[in-house]
Amino acid sequence: MTFLQLDSLTKRFDGTTAVDRVSLSIERGEMISLLGPSGSGKTTTLRLLAGFEVPDEGRVIVEGDDVTRQQPVTRRFGMVFQHYALFPHLNVGENVAFGLESLRVAGDELGRRVARALSLVDMAGFEDRRIGHLSGGQQQRVALARALAPEPRVLLLDEPLSNLDPSLRERTRREIRELIRRVGITTVLVTHEQDEAFDLGDRVAVLRAGRLEQVGTPEDLYASPANEFVAEFVGRSSSIGVVVLGPADRGLRVAVEGAEWDLTDSPQVPGGPALMVIRPEALRLMSPAPGTLVGTVTERRFVGATSLFTILTDGGASLEVSGPPRSVSAGERVGVMPSRRAGGGIHLFPRSAT
Amino acid sequence: MTQKRRVEVLAGVLLLVLLWLIVYPLVLVLVEGFTGSHGWTLDFVRLFVRRRNEAQALWGSIWISLVTVLLAAVIGIPLAFLFGRYDFPGRRVLGWLVALPAVLPPLVGVIAFLFLYGESGFVSLTIQYLFGLEEAPWTLQGAGAILLVHAYSMYVYFYLFTRAGLASLDASVLEAAASLGAGRWRTLRRVVLPLLYPGLAGAALLTFMTSLASFSAPYIFGGGFRVMTTQIVATRLNGDNELAMIETVSLTLVALIALWVLRGSRDLDAAAGGRKGTAPARVRVRGKGVRLVLGFLGWTLAVLLLLPHLTLILVSFVPQGTWTTEPLPPAYTWRNYLTLVEDPVRARPLFNSLWMATASTIAAVAIALVAGLLSVRRRIRGRAAIEGVLALPWAVPGTVFAIALATAFSVRAPLAGRFVLVGTLWILPLAYLVRNLPITSRATLAGFRALDPSLGEAAASLGAHRWRTLRRVTLPLLQPAVLAGASLAFVTAFGDFVTSIMLYTYDTRPISLEILSSLRQSDVGVAAAYGVVLMSVSAAVFALGADQGSGG
Repeated sequence: MTFLQLDSLTKRFDGTTAVDRVSLSIERGEMISLLGPSGSGKTTTLRLLAGFEVPDEGRVIVEGDDVTRQQPVTRRFGMVFQHYALFPHLNVGENVAFGLESLRVAGDELGRRVARALSLVDMAGFEDRRIGHLSGGQQQRVALARALAPEPRVLLLDEPLSNLDPSLRERTRREIRELIRRVGITTVLVTHEQDEAFDLGDRVAVLRAGRLEQVGTPEDLYASPANEFVAEFVGRSSSIGVVVLGPADRGLRVAVEGAEWDLTDSPQVPGGPALMVIRPEALRLMSPAPGTLVGTVTERRFVGATSLFTILTDGGASLEVSGPPRSVSAGERVGVMPSRRAGGGIHLFPRSAT
Repeated sequence: MTQKRRVEVLAGVLLLVLLWLIVYPLVLVLVEGFTGSHGWTLDFVRLFVRRRNEAQALWGSIWISLVTVLLAAVIGIPLAFLFGRYDFPGRRVLGWLVALPAVLPPLVGVIAFLFLYGESGFVSLTIQYLFGLEEAPWTLQGAGAILLVHAYSMYVYFYLFTRAGLASLDASVLEAAASLGAGRWRTLRRVVLPLLYPGLAGAALLTFMTSLASFSAPYIFGGGFRVMTTQIVATRLNGDNELAMIETVSLTLVALIALWVLRGSRDLDAAAGGRKGTAPARVRVRGKGVRLVLGFLGWTLAVLLLLPHLTLILVSFVPQGTWTTEPLPPAYTWRNYLTLVEDPVRARPLFNSLWMATASTIAAVAIALVAGLLSVRRRIRGRAAIEGVLALPWAVPGTVFAIALATAFSVRAPLAGRFVLVGTLWILPLAYLVRNLPITSRATLAGFRALDPSLGEAAASLGAHRWRTLRRVTLPLLQPAVLAGASLAFVTAFGDFVTSIMLYTYDTRPISLEILSSLRQSDVGVAAAYGVVLMSVSAAVFALGADQGSGG
């Protein structure tokens, strides 16, 4: 059953459309990542949910309750801000108590609930600390505790990890995920980091220029991107222009820079020009031979068990290919072919002929 | 000598000069107040305590200052919220006009009020004329008149400090309060005001100190009402030197207590200063009626605030003795301005003020630069002492310093570091220098602190020697801060009245004294013309400072 619904949300600023008819249904207890490059409207979408912006069109519905025009004050959506926005003049305990006091919680009950919220984020006993004396990671946890203490209906996180040292990010990501699972709160978070979006989100919503491009599980997005943008934006890939010739014995035949490849497991697309988006692991390197794309190795990078090679083809395209480390070195001439288990790693998007 | 040794010697010399100029005269005041013909005595303290009018004057200074703080806050804070948080037609122009009282030097503001609301002032005459009254509808005298001028000239502190505080708020902190269920009032009370507290405390302190030291308004409007600054001058004129010293000590004590009470919380300052997000957006006022009301109120306010400036300009074009009872002057002339240039006697004060303000400003900047180099760059021992002494004249009312310098430098005792400077050309520039030191050094030290030390190291690694680094890197980067301090110092010295009135001679009479004597001879046109000169110079310097501020 849908718990939180974004219904065709639209927001314009001075003539530019920041959020363009975004619709999304979120289940109770689900974590959704809004992923997109800067200017994609993900933060505006979050602020529309929080009530800091009022949409020009569309609605926000929680449990059948239309809150589109409801003030943030009464909406009961908890938010963790990018820079945490902790009140510098209040101590940790007073910060966490702030939202509870709005609900008229007082006395022993207030102290108990502040302590409970702090122990939830592993900060028990920090009530009397000054905000300025906390590390970045501690501030973030206090911000989480402050947002969770009044038991909001929805938790909103704005770039929750962007202010942390890279070395801290992975651990914090894990902690946040476990905490939110434990609390079971419906969560929407905004990020421009794929890893974060994939790791934290049960589903990921990819936004571009205010539009929702695709919503799905991380696996869905990677294996069957809805369009070129999602294919290129999600995961590593390289793109090359091809001409689709038509069905072949096994799969689909395409012409790419003079070579002809038969693609297995590829979705059927009509003949004509198309953009081919390929994951690095869907290609393999061999000696230059007929049927291969011939080019020069320009770069080699180690990424653990395999290496990533950048090949500049004679036709001028740049392709990223993964392969065993040290199999070729920079400057060498090589041929490129789809690997035998290319599987879902090659996507074709027809282009209107020009 | 090694370089380290040279730096230490330089620091020692600087500290000695500062102690001699600033601390020593104050100590001498203390000593004289407690010495009689037979050595140490408390006679003058007893005299001070016994005389009722002393207590009245001291209490007058204190309550006038407290009420001034209250009035300035009540006017300045709401205005800052209006212009800082809301957007409506005319906001920019009005927001700029609201700060205009700052360009009137104290004495000029006072005479502008005199021309405007005084018994034969423009507003009083108009009301008298309109209602056919026999006499002026009111007299501009006593505590009420002083408070009126104070509120007008000092609300700007609260206005500017609150605006700065509002501009440095983090928008997401306000949003956080809203998302935690805090309404408008709770957000204001629990979040906004506490975050503004350091700025408000600073404004309150500045207002209290300025009001406590205020001399022009009580001197001109006081009538029978005495505050301590005017009391000191009167006592001294009576020849009761020792009593004047005790009065001086009492006023200094009040100033120091205020400084201690309102020293503010530095911790909070640091916490609130570090804004990471963006400033809150202004709320656009949409309602047509509200916009109309705001626009009307805004322009009424602007006219009210500009009236003193306009009156001053108007009066400066009035030929002597022509404007008596009509609401508007019957004739206009350039004569008053020409007098300033052509008549060598009347032009002398302009020349005096110019050279004395320039010389004292240059000296104050030079000392501030040396202090900055030693204290911030070299981090010498005793830097806290140097910075403390440099800031001291700010906490001590101008009248007190005038008395102190007059005491220290009216005796010839070279071995005790005392020379006869009173009555010479040198005493006024020296007094201006002492009063300017806190202004230039505050700006310059802040400039030095804001410099990235790695820039100097970068210059060194590129082969630049100490002097080249100073000339090509350090000084150019310091320029905005130094210029801001220097221009403020120049304006203060150029329009100074409070120290000048106690230390001037006929040959060194500055503009402010010429304004006063023109006023006494009922030559209001020339007084106003000089007032316009002071006002224009202040305005030009503030505009320059604002320009530098935005450029740096």
